[in-house]
Amino acid sequence: MAATSASPSLPRPGGVWLAFSSNRLSWVGLALLIAIVLIAIGAPLIAPHDPLEQSIIARLEPPSAQFLLGTDNYGRDVLSRLIYGSRISLVVGSVAILIAMTIGCTIGIIAGYLGGLFDQLMMGLLDVMLAFPTLLLGLMIAAMLGASLENLVIAIAVTEIAPFARVARAPTIALKQQDFVVAGRALGFGPIRIMGIHILPNLVSDIVVMSSLWMASAIRTEASLSFIGLGVPPPTPTWGSMIREGFENILDAWWLAVFPSLAILLTVLALNLLGDALRDAIDPKLRGE
Amino acid sequence: MIRFAIERFLLAIPTLFVMLTAIFVLVRLVPGDAASVILGDQATEASLRALRGRLGLDQPLHVQYLSFLGEVLTGNLGHSLSSGRSVVQEVLVVLPYTIELTLVSIVIGVALGLPLGIAAAVGRNGWIDYVSRLVSLIGLSFPAFVSGILMLIVFAIQLGWFPVLNSNSGDPLERLRNLALPAFNLGLIMMAYVMRVTRSSMLGVLGEDYIRTARAKGVRPMRLILRHSLRNALIPVVTVVGLYFGTLIGNSVLTEIIFNRPGLGKLILGALNSRDYTLLEGLMIIFAICVIIVNTLTDITYGLIDPRVKHK
Repeated sequence: MAATSASPSLPRPGGVWLAFSSNRLSWVGLALLIAIVLIAIGAPLIAPHDPLEQSIIARLEPPSAQFLLGTDNYGRDVLSRLIYGSRISLVVGSVAILIAMTIGCTIGIIAGYLGGLFDQLMMGLLDVMLAFPTLLLGLMIAAMLGASLENLVIAIAVTEIAPFARVARAPTIALKQQDFVVAGRALGFGPIRIMGIHILPNLVSDIVVMSSLWMASAIRTEASLSFIGLGVPPPTPTWGSMIREGFENILDAWWLAVFPSLAILLTVLALNLLGDALRDAIDPKLRGE
Repeated sequence: MIRFAIERFLLAIPTLFVMLTAIFVLVRLVPGDAASVILGDQATEASLRALRGRLGLDQPLHVQYLSFLGEVLTGNLGHSLSSGRSVVQEVLVVLPYTIELTLVSIVIGVALGLPLGIAAAVGRNGWIDYVSRLVSLIGLSFPAFVSGILMLIVFAIQLGWFPVLNSNSGDPLERLRNLALPAFNLGLIMMAYVMRVTRSSMLGVLGEDYIRTARAKGVRPMRLILRHSLRNALIPVVTVVGLYFGTLIGNSVLTEIIFNRPGLGKLILGALNSRDYTLLEGLMIIFAICVIIVNTLTDITYGLIDPRVKHK
């Protein structure tokens, strides 16, 4: 079936790679992201100190040879906490996005495939969710459920469902009129088989691109909620809560807030650079074909 | 035009209804129930029952739902558990500060973002295009509290140009100094959004046939850009400004906390810290109504810019 490889929204893979690899910024984003993931995985090997070890004599020390990025109010090493903090950001970001992707895409594909009243209802509901401020929705859910790692993931996942549903729905509507789907129906395949085996694989590239952009947003939301005090409870180091603690000592120890701020900025920027480059690469209009 | 506007407002009613229902469900999702969360672990059975009675939690769900809707429609959002004042009162006290901050930041964002976006589109792939694209990507990557803290450290603490703590002085000049950093913090993030959309929207319009025709018949470049292209390129920009409103509210909450400004942000934080669930619920309802009003106004603005939208 030739239609599978020549569906309207998907360019040839080789062209995508060429467009992606010739964009210099995409390499910067990819390199940054790989570095951050490696740091998160190798945290116990890289961190110079125990991130939870307190010291009364070494409180609020400025950056020095022993503590490269200084120490916090409890005498804990900022660099080590920063290194371990990357784990929370990446885990919360990726798990929340995986959940949002699964639920969102399922809703989007079913709504697009079935159409009719179900489609209208779901899309109306999702429009409402899209209109509501992400941070406030997350804040409300996290506040109602209580501060914990699981609840944080749930809160962020809920806020990201709507965009995934929209990304999955539009191409589904185009794909369901394609010959290979019509043929599948004629052969007596059930709707679940058609949606799962014939439609879903055609959406993967769109969804992957969205994921890296929305993961940037998820990490931003996680940091913001942690900063407000709704994140993973202490003493676990997270970048948002480190900034919160640094903010309380901002007049005496500026480094406490600055370094985790830069860490968040770099991570989100890396994901945005990568996502932007991927999006430009798979969008034939932007590639100038 | 008036008929179009009325139609849009009528269409907003079901949306409002769904949002209110969602908020109602969310508040009832609290593990245990709101009363036990508010009073904590040590609460006695009698005090729990008393609070449940006060909050109406002992009624069957459908009765709770109907009285919830009835009270929202009559403008009664309940009373703050910690201060005892009505939620509407609490909000009205701080609302002017938040409105002032958001409006000034929108002006900053549009005033900087629009010309930059136009310049980037006109000089596509030139240096100004690359610089403004990179700047906007960095702007999009900043959580509002991160940029706020960095600005606070650099411009208020290290350079001392602006006050660190918001002083509540009546002097207009002092007021402006207080407003400058938070407004720029929100404004620069908004600039990034506006610049991006203006650029891509202008690129689309500049490729149209009628622009080529206008250029061929000798329309001067300035007039070509401002009169022939910009008006058509503005629709997506208006959408973004409208859609951005939700993000702006979220960001203003963080910004108010950082710069210690009175406003809705500090009200939310206070409600969170004192587990004031009625205040939180009331604030969510007010946000939902604001978002719907702004979305509807955005829709109506399309009609003003592009007469075709009205007749669809």
